[in-house]
Amino acid sequence: MEEATVIISNKLGIHVRPAALIVQLASKFESEIKLVKDDDEVDAKSIMGVMMLAAGMGSKLKITAQGSDEKEAVAALSDLVRAKFNEE
Amino acid sequence: MRSEQRIEGIGVSPGVAIGKVFLLGVDELKAPAVRVPPAQVEAEIAAFRQALSRAKGELTRLRDDSQDEVEGIFGAHLLMLEDLVFLQGVEEEVRKRKLSVAHIFGERIGEIISHFEAMEDEHFRGRVADIRDVGARVMAHLLGTEREVLAKLKEEVIVVAHDLSPSDTAQMRKEKVIGFVTELGGRTSHTAIMARSLEIPAVVGTQQICGEIGPGDMLVVDGQTGRVILRPSSTTLREYRRLKDRIAKFEETLSQVRDLPAVTLDGRRVELSANIEAPEEAAEIKKRGGVGVGLFRTEYLFMRETLPGEDEQFAAYSQVVRSCKDCLVIIRTVDLGGDKFVSHFRVPQEVNPFLGWRGIRLCLQNKGFFKTQLRAILLASAYGRVGIMFPMISGVEEIREAKGIVEEAKEELREQGREFDEGVQVGMMVEVPSAAVLADLLASEVDFFSIGTNDLTQYCLAVDRVNPNVSYLYEPLHPAVLQLVNRVVEAGHRQGIWVGLCGEVGADPAAVIALLGLGLDELSVSPVAIPQIKFVIRGTAYSLAQRVAQEALKIPTPQGVRKYLEGLLKNNFPQLNPVHHG
Repeated sequence: MEEATVIISNKLGIHVRPAALIVQLASKFESEIKLVKDDDEVDAKSIMGVMMLAAGMGSKLKITAQGSDEKEAVAALSDLVRAKFNEE
Repeated sequence: MRSEQRIEGIGVSPGVAIGKVFLLGVDELKAPAVRVPPAQVEAEIAAFRQALSRAKGELTRLRDDSQDEVEGIFGAHLLMLEDLVFLQGVEEEVRKRKLSVAHIFGERIGEIISHFEAMEDEHFRGRVADIRDVGARVMAHLLGTEREVLAKLKEEVIVVAHDLSPSDTAQMRKEKVIGFVTELGGRTSHTAIMARSLEIPAVVGTQQICGEIGPGDMLVVDGQTGRVILRPSSTTLREYRRLKDRIAKFEETLSQVRDLPAVTLDGRRVELSANIEAPEEAAEIKKRGGVGVGLFRTEYLFMRETLPGEDEQFAAYSQVVRSCKDCLVIIRTVDLGGDKFVSHFRVPQEVNPFLGWRGIRLCLQNKGFFKTQLRAILLASAYGRVGIMFPMISGVEEIREAKGIVEEAKEELREQGREFDEGVQVGMMVEVPSAAVLADLLASEVDFFSIGTNDLTQYCLAVDRVNPNVSYLYEPLHPAVLQLVNRVVEAGHRQGIWVGLCGEVGADPAAVIALLGLGLDELSVSPVAIPQIKFVIRGTAYSLAQRVAQEALKIPTPQGVRKYLEGLLKNNFPQLNPVHHG
């Protein structure tokens, strides 16, 4: 089990496009990947779930992964969030 | 009670209907909880997957056509339809609760929507639109709600819907449906074809109407003008009841000539055939008293992502040929380009698409594709009488090249021992002015001409009929167009071939007398127009028509020609109204 905590720092938060990017990236990994915000935990490969997190700018997001490529998965997703989804 | 309101749409099936509204499927996310027997559960889930894959197909096309590919909104919508967590959740619920998937899917989408609506951040709340959109797309593919009620109708209703699918109309108790109104659709949408075959009035393409009315409201539908009147006042009702009676009397008169031939008072016979755009329309022709098909537009087969193969095309063509047994069916080879493009050919953005890569030009440069269509048409010729017609021919080389490919296709079929009619007629549309000018040369190359006055008028007068600033100039009765028609008929007859006309002007009763007098052998019009055109032909002497045509050719202005012909129509056929163009 691998995990990391990141802060959402792009202006609009995880809206439709970032949610799509997260799901597309997460789906490339074999590991089971979850996103946790406050008490909500969702599957990072489910766009409905990711969108329902409603993670706005400044929210704290925990990324957890379990599986053969858990390290790579968490690193890649953290990078995506830190890069502000290449939006800004 | 709200007051009278008028909405304009496209009249696709003539007549007047006055009755109560039956509103079909307004809230696209609510479906009743229908019990599913345990044995049917997996079939229900299979139907769900099929609906998903259709919705995905639509979204993929939308995404590919949009600018910002992967990152676009449609891409996100697609991901929603690939969201296994969500979809498996729906399927599990169906298995557990044994309720229709439409109900459960709608319920889940509804839950997600309320979740988003409860969010504080306005930006996140905005996603509701995306989710509603995706949900509605899938629901549209699952069966709707009120469809079952339609099967059990007790009183007469006018069905109002966003759109009607074949499965909707298949389930209707048709004797109780007296009219259709849909927000989407055009002349050949399913609703239009269905309405014409049921002979009930229909207006399509009204844009927003479902939100303006309630179930049980009174409605007047005028399928001729395309007008829909919501909650008509008593004055309006009286007016339309009178119109309805008048139409009924006139229809009665027309029905008397339905099964009689289209022959003038002095015995000249004209082939009165139909323009159709879908095989289903062929059934309408005989009903309206027409003989055969003068123009089968085949574009509908090609307006999609993957091109139809020989078998699929053959099935469509032979369906029409069989249903018109013993009558000639003229199949026009595909006229893509212009305003009808197909993604397969990657037609580049053109500055002047109507002067660009379209019709026969596109076909001659895609020989394999063209030959597939020709083979399919030839194979259909084994089942009746078929003519092949090429669109957009501008000169002799093109017609020779096209005929060469017909010969190649025939040779292939002979080698393969496939059956077709060796006597298939080969003809061309005369719609490019150069073809009209060169009619003498072209007539020796073909078995027939069919004058396409819609495009001929546009090209001859250099007028785009859909450009509101210049559309007033569009007039197929323009002296220049009439002279071209005259020239083409004379040239054809000199070479001993028959000459027809398949433009909309053929359906204008005011124009028919002059067209008849110019010597046209055939008129091909939309099936609904057949009865009144036959009525005019049967009530006119050819000798008079010839004099009228010669007179019309001498009038210097289009307004003058129209005034002359409309006056004549009014005198000779006071029951008829002229059809205006442009």
